[in-house]
Amino acid sequence: MADKFKLTIVTPDRAFFDEEADMVEFNTTEGEIGVYAGHAPLTVIVKPGILTITQGDNVRNAALHAGFVQILPQEITILAEIIEWPAEIDEARANAARQRAEGRLAERGGNIDVARAEAALMRSIARINAVKMK
Amino acid sequence: MASMRDIKRRKSSVQSTQQITKAMKLVSTVKLQRAKGRAEKSKTYFNCMYETVVSMLSKAGDINHPYLKANNSTKKAVIVITGSRGLAGGYNSNIIKLVRDNEWNKDDLIIYPVGSKGRDTFARLGYEMGEDYSAAIEEPIYADAMTISNQVLDDFATGRVGEIYVVYTGFKNTVTHIPTRLKLLPIKIEDERSNDDKAVLDFEPETEDAIDLIIPKYITSLIYGAMIEAVASENAARMQAMDNATNNADEIISSLSLLYNRARQSAITQELTEIIAGAQAIS
Repeated sequence: MADKFKLTIVTPDRAFFDEEADMVEFNTTEGEIGVYAGHAPLTVIVKPGILTITQGDNVRNAALHAGFVQILPQEITILAEIIEWPAEIDEARANAARQRAEGRLAERGGNIDVARAEAALMRSIARINAVKMK
Repeated sequence: MASMRDIKRRKSSVQSTQQITKAMKLVSTVKLQRAKGRAEKSKTYFNCMYETVVSMLSKAGDINHPYLKANNSTKKAVIVITGSRGLAGGYNSNIIKLVRDNEWNKDDLIIYPVGSKGRDTFARLGYEMGEDYSAAIEEPIYADAMTISNQVLDDFATGRVGEIYVVYTGFKNTVTHIPTRLKLLPIKIEDERSNDDKAVLDFEPETEDAIDLIIPKYITSLIYGAMIEAVASENAARMQAMDNATNNADEIISSLSLLYNRARQSAITQELTEIIAGAQAIS
């Protein structure tokens, strides 16, 4: 079994998570990555997606929307602008947001902000997936 | 000498004012505790953010990124964080003074007010006003800071403004608050560079793209931190001001009581003299 590392997740409003973990997986601008202890020092930017924390047999999920991650060999710090446990997500609202964003993207044209609609869509999908994986 | 009735009326008016200031003091004490708690919670996030940005910029060296150099606009965006209510001692006026009394030229500034006291003052003084975010100061959340930072970064990118400042009241402790002027953009690398050993990080994506993505988050966290500190300072300032007002009311009440008792005594003496004089006249 690989070594454990210290995983700290902080948001502007609270300390979200601060425990030892075996592995953490999440989505970055360069693609999905999974990190074990002893990783080379690296800073990556988060893309909306599921964050999976593995502690022994215990696996936890959260919806991570924005922020960046500082990876050091024995310590990983996630600076999350927005992160939620599945229990904190309102599924109905996420579904509504998804439909709204899809509607906007389908229309295109006009003066909608495509990048913003896409980001909203990715966020709502991440939320919905996090709830389903619970 | 004022009549007994006048003194009594003044005393009761001061007493009811004192009740109000006392209640306001208690309310701001509670609000201050909450604001202080929030400021401490956001500190971890901010410190991590600061370390990363410093290490990133020191590693980036002399790269030529738009966020690191001034553009051609002479305009300066100033995010002015004040309260929405008065009765907080010099809290609001100190901020306004800090914006007005310095080398800045009035015509170069665009004010982005957060807090209606600042907004009203600068609108009256004829400053150029940007978007108004006054509602955010009631209960600052991170999303508010994001909206503000997106707006100013947009204006920076389009060349509407060439520099971005935030003016707020820094919270040192309950009795010390420092009106602060902080430059957000362009970031001066010399200021931020450190000889930290941690600065061995690699970036993915490449450093320049990372700057694009991380700097806005950094600015957002600075604005958020400024708002949280300002709220804590506002409540601390109000608590102090109301504490002083309550103490002053105590003083006034005691001197009025003294006056009242004297007036009462002299009224009794006078009445007695009159009765005795009357009795002597009859006998």
